[in-house]
Amino acid sequence: MSTKQFTKGNEAIAEAAIRAGCMAYYGYPITPQNELTEYMAKHMQRLGRVFIQTESEITAINAVFGSSVAGFRTMTSSAGTAMALKQECISHMSYMELPGVIVDVMRGGPGLGNILSTQGGYNQSKGGGNGDYNVIVLAPNSVQEAADLTALAFDLAEKYRNPTIVLADGTLAQMIELIEFGPEIDPASLPESEEALTGCHGREPRKVAPKNSAMDLEAHNIRLQRKFHKMADSEQRWESLHTDDAEVVVVVFGTPSRMACEMVYEAREQGIKLGLFRPITIWPFPANALLEAVKSAKAIVVLEHNTGMLTRDVRFFTQGKLPVYYHGRMGGCFIDIDEVFSKIKCILNGNDSEWGALNEQQGLWKTF
Amino acid sequence: MSSKVYGRPSSLNDKVFTYCPGCGHGIVHRLLAETLDEMEITGDTIGVAYVGCGAMLYDLFNIDFAFPLHGRAPAVATGIKRVRPEKIVFTYQGDGDLAAIGTTEIVHAASRGENLTTFFVNNGTYGMTGGQMAPTTLIGQKSSTCVDGRDADYHGRPIRMSEMLAQLDGVCYVERVTIDTPKHINDAKNAIKKAFVNQQEKKGFSMVEIISPCPIGWGYNPVDAYAHIKEEVLPFYSLGVFKDR
Ligand SMILES: Cc1ncc(C[n+]2csc(CCOP(=O)(O)OP(=O)(O)O)c2C)c(N)n1
Ligand code: SF4
Ligand SMILES: [Mg+2]
Repeated sequence: MSTKQFTKGNEAIAEAAIRAGCMAYYGYPITPQNELTEYMAKHMQRLGRVFIQTESEITAINAVFGSSVAGFRTMTSSAGTAMALKQECISHMSYMELPGVIVDVMRGGPGLGNILSTQGGYNQSKGGGNGDYNVIVLAPNSVQEAADLTALAFDLAEKYRNPTIVLADGTLAQMIELIEFGPEIDPASLPESEEALTGCHGREPRKVAPKNSAMDLEAHNIRLQRKFHKMADSEQRWESLHTDDAEVVVVVFGTPSRMACEMVYEAREQGIKLGLFRPITIWPFPANALLEAVKSAKAIVVLEHNTGMLTRDVRFFTQGKLPVYYHGRMGGCFIDIDEVFSKIKCILNGNDSEWGALNEQQGLWKTF
Repeated sequence: MSSKVYGRPSSLNDKVFTYCPGCGHGIVHRLLAETLDEMEITGDTIGVAYVGCGAMLYDLFNIDFAFPLHGRAPAVATGIKRVRPEKIVFTYQGDGDLAAIGTTEIVHAASRGENLTTFFVNNGTYGMTGGQMAPTTLIGQKSSTCVDGRDADYHGRPIRMSEMLAQLDGVCYVERVTIDTPKHINDAKNAIKKAFVNQQEKKGFSMVEIISPCPIGWGYNPVDAYAHIKEEVLPFYSLGVFKDR
């Protein structure tokens, strides 16, 4: 018998966290991630675990800090403007080397924006706090992957003792798909961290504390940087589709990749050599894999639901080796994949000047 | 045969206190350490520091300590206590920390009735950043950001956190004490102990506000700073138990 079940993105993330052994969840309502918080409210208390609807996102992430410093798997989730409120503590957790999972269900911006699905959280997810730090950002494109990456996020957070972000969007959060969950981990079965604050009975006191001198903080930063380099080398994740012989490679992350995938299949049926490259980790960016994927391409087309945040990374990593086109929508509007397909055909016909005209038709503009 | 009647509490390590002469933080630390010793809870206690002068207690105590962001100690303590309910968890906070940037966190931790103990060291100023006006700064008191003295119309009025928090149903115990005389120091210690016992008895949120001198921030020598507590501070911040249930 199949154990697959129809699950909404928000609930899949919540259930995956519970199964990963999340002992404490803290959240504050914000659309489009409310079902995640509500799922936790429904289940955590019954399981003898902790759920608090806090008075703010700031308290939620700082309570995550607390449960993490006490040695438990812990999570918060939020969206859009409220993610900005969490950045101070995400940076501080990175400083204090505390694991923790933060789910960002991207919505419209800037500022309060709106409640609709966008990808405007791309830049902020990589680190909106002060100082030199990095966080692994995992960006799923399906409900199944959202569940899988949530479980992985707990492992990576612990492995590197650093916060980890799951970067979803409103579309994924509200989407229902047939999925299968991973095994259930009992929080009590997880080994106790040697850094956890448990009371110093029978051992030396533990201090999760700042480095106050210049020398100490520099040494600490160097150690953190070495760790981030190791993460950057070992944790890149991506998916490539038909990139081996692709003349144009579409680069896209998260839910818009689902439409792009369809376009690639259709193009191939028509004999058009289109490929797709999807970063699954936004940080660390799979730069070498991208360069490999575009080896035979004559152009890259980046699709995103923002004004070109991923495009900037793609341009940076491809260093002008080939033209990088951007096509995006904002505010909760969706990319019209037929428009994209006709633009790509312009490029393949060697007539990319038509691109600009097409942009104008849609009221879009080209970045840079 | 001689026996030791006074010494360094074993909850403190050997590190030297680096506070200014006459600073109240050192006295409060000592009372806290003596209480941990007497209650024999040193090994079962997790402290949450704050951002301010007294924060150095994380480094001075022989207990586990977490260092939160400015104002967020009650949120961090909540996160610790909820997953380790068998441990004693306390926050130690200043008036800038608790009554300004962290007002939301303290009000809601208290309102939820988190089974925590908070020590609120009110010195009427931002000691660490150089003596700026705090929400607790008295009318007429001078500071680097109200150079002619706090003006009620221009700067707003000081806030009485103990009275305010006592209104919350989740709170079991709030007392304001001070450390200007030996008698008051003894009273303060009793209050500190009671706030810990409440947590052991799972009674909910307890807070002890300690009126404490900051001679540097106030612009007094230590002796005058202590006299100032009696003459100027206590008339506004009256001592007493605001809630005990
Ligand atoms: C978010 C943030 N804002 C400002 C500061 C700077 N800062 C450090 S200590 C402090 C005030 C501390 O005052 P108080 O809590 O009264 O402690 P005291 O030093 O008087 O004991 C401030 C504003 C900071 N560290 N973090
Ligand atoms: S500035 Fe004030 S609070 Fe800070 S150590 Fe000196 S006397 Fe104490
Ligand atoms: Mg102060």
